[in-house]
Amino acid sequence: MTNEAGTHGAILQDTAPENGDHPLVELRNAGKSYGNIRALHGVGLQVHPGRVTCVLGDNGAGKSTLIKIVSGLHQHTEGEFLVDGEPVRFSTPREALDKGIATVYQDLAVVPLMPVWRNFFLGSEMTKGPWPVRRLDIERMKKTADQELRNMGIVLDDLEQPIGTLSGGQRQCVAIARAVYFGARVLILDEPTAALGVKQSGVVLKYIAAARDRGLGVIFITHNPHHAYMVGDHFSVLRLGTMELSASRDQVSLEELTNHMAGGAELASLKHELAQVRGVDVDRLPEAEELTVPAATGEGKS
Amino acid sequence: MSMTQHAEPAVTTPPAPGRKETDGRTSERPLVLRLLARPEVGVFLGAVAVWVFFLVAAPPVREGGAMANILYQSSTIGIMALPVALLMIGGEFDLSAGVAVVTSALTASMLSYQLTANVWVGVVVALLVSLGIGFFNGWMVVRTGLPSFLITLGTFLILQGVNLAVTKLVTTNVATDDISDMDGFGQAKKIFASSFEVGNVQVKITIVYWLVFAALATWVLLRTKYGNWIFAVGGNKESARAVGVPVTFTKISLFMLVGFGAWFVGMHQLFTFNTVQSGEGVGQELIYISAAVIGGCLLTGGAGSAIGPVFGAFMFGMVQQGIVYAGWNPDWFKAFLGVMLLGAVLINLWVQRTATRR
Repeated sequence: MTNEAGTHGAILQDTAPENGDHPLVELRNAGKSYGNIRALHGVGLQVHPGRVTCVLGDNGAGKSTLIKIVSGLHQHTEGEFLVDGEPVRFSTPREALDKGIATVYQDLAVVPLMPVWRNFFLGSEMTKGPWPVRRLDIERMKKTADQELRNMGIVLDDLEQPIGTLSGGQRQCVAIARAVYFGARVLILDEPTAALGVKQSGVVLKYIAAARDRGLGVIFITHNPHHAYMVGDHFSVLRLGTMELSASRDQVSLEELTNHMAGGAELASLKHELAQVRGVDVDRLPEAEELTVPAATGEGKS
Repeated sequence: MSMTQHAEPAVTTPPAPGRKETDGRTSERPLVLRLLARPEVGVFLGAVAVWVFFLVAAPPVREGGAMANILYQSSTIGIMALPVALLMIGGEFDLSAGVAVVTSALTASMLSYQLTANVWVGVVVALLVSLGIGFFNGWMVVRTGLPSFLITLGTFLILQGVNLAVTKLVTTNVATDDISDMDGFGQAKKIFASSFEVGNVQVKITIVYWLVFAALATWVLLRTKYGNWIFAVGGNKESARAVGVPVTFTKISLFMLVGFGAWFVGMHQLFTFNTVQSGEGVGQELIYISAAVIGGCLLTGGAGSAIGPVFGAFMFGMVQQGIVYAGWNPDWFKAFLGVMLLGAVLINLWVQRTATRR
């Protein structure tokens, strides 16, 4: 599977199992321009139920633009965006939600001062009673929230505590559990482990796996190849707005993925620069040839 | 119990019956500490302290009539402090709340008098005007995204000027004409400004309204969807929007609720004094906001209660009347107010830090 020079990841074939079904979400050659700035170009992406699609890339690689298109915050300006095989164009996040595409943003997930159970049901509260005295069904909401969190393996002592008192990882997990409960079929996670410590990241990765096992299609945005490789079934690496690599798990090793993320060729030139600096031992750093992997021999400044 | 357990199909590990599985890393803090950390409890204790202080310092306060008077004073602050507090929990301010009360009273009074119509015509039009002012404030804040401090400061200045200028234009005086002999006055007075006897003490009806509104606000805040939304739009507007809370509706309706409060208090003033002084109301907005803050509402939104501002307003009413009963110079009132406000803010800050500490 060799790519021709000058073209980008779009023609790389996704090797997801052919079961005759459409992918839940598919981008074909999609791109996005803001005025004369081309933020994203020629990107292909497939999300299948029960699989984790990882999108990796450095800062400014176009990861955010990609998820903004899928989550309905922005519209694509080129290519196609399909949900269940039907071309779509969302104008609000609500439309994406109605199609079962839920996004868990890094900071935009919860209201910190509100109790866990209120956060869980915020915007979709359970009520009881006729209109003038229609009130929150607090008991049912607490019970459901507790049940759902336990199903995802999250055990909290007190659902009344403000969600701001939870750790970053736990907060992400509550947001994930909420998305799962409210019928998400596709879960977009925007760098859920970026601000977390090692242990907390592990907790979040566990819940990503749990969501996958429940049959959700997961888009996992990250710039940590180690985290991606732990749960991912398919990896797409973005660089400067284009697809540098699109490979399934059996086509790429963690090492190759890491090198791609780091921008292999650039690292090699960095090595030469570092060689001029005293005190840096460059002998054991890899050479440029060793850093390229078969899947993306299309070289050059893309 | 086991019957219902088995009916549940997809539970892989049935929870241990009776005992709740817990994470085990958090220990319950003592009840006293947890209670003290609630801002409503803090302000309640503060109110009790001020009450006891004046019971000792000013013997006349011990009489029932004085107490009714203090509660009446508190209620006129408290009725407005409630919507102002809800708005503050929703993350916004209304600096025009003080003069809006007078605007409402002026509208009702002058309209009825000039048209020689039933006072109820004026009352209804005043309600529409008050709700309209609230809507304008809310709409401007939501549309422009500017701080409500600026928008309502503008409204405050506009209303202050309009109150004086229009009143002078219409009545060639700074106060409106007496409407006490007009149709419907007695009826309206009965609703907005009557009093009844308990034992041999005259109790003003506003005290009842105050407590009823407070109970209603508490219920709405804690037990309804709308209450949930108020906390959410004040706590994190963007998150609230992302999960589908109607942020625009919630904010605008909160401003209109302040408008309703202004109308209610305005009507009370009109039917108590029969005329309205057009220059009044300036500075009252800060009293309402202070009462809400002392009552534990977070200035930045997202936290607070409706019961806290009740005690906050009581503290103010108590101090205002207590100083008079103690025979001191009433000029001290504002100084007292400032001290109480600072104290409450410091306690709030401490509570906030304790609550979010891990």
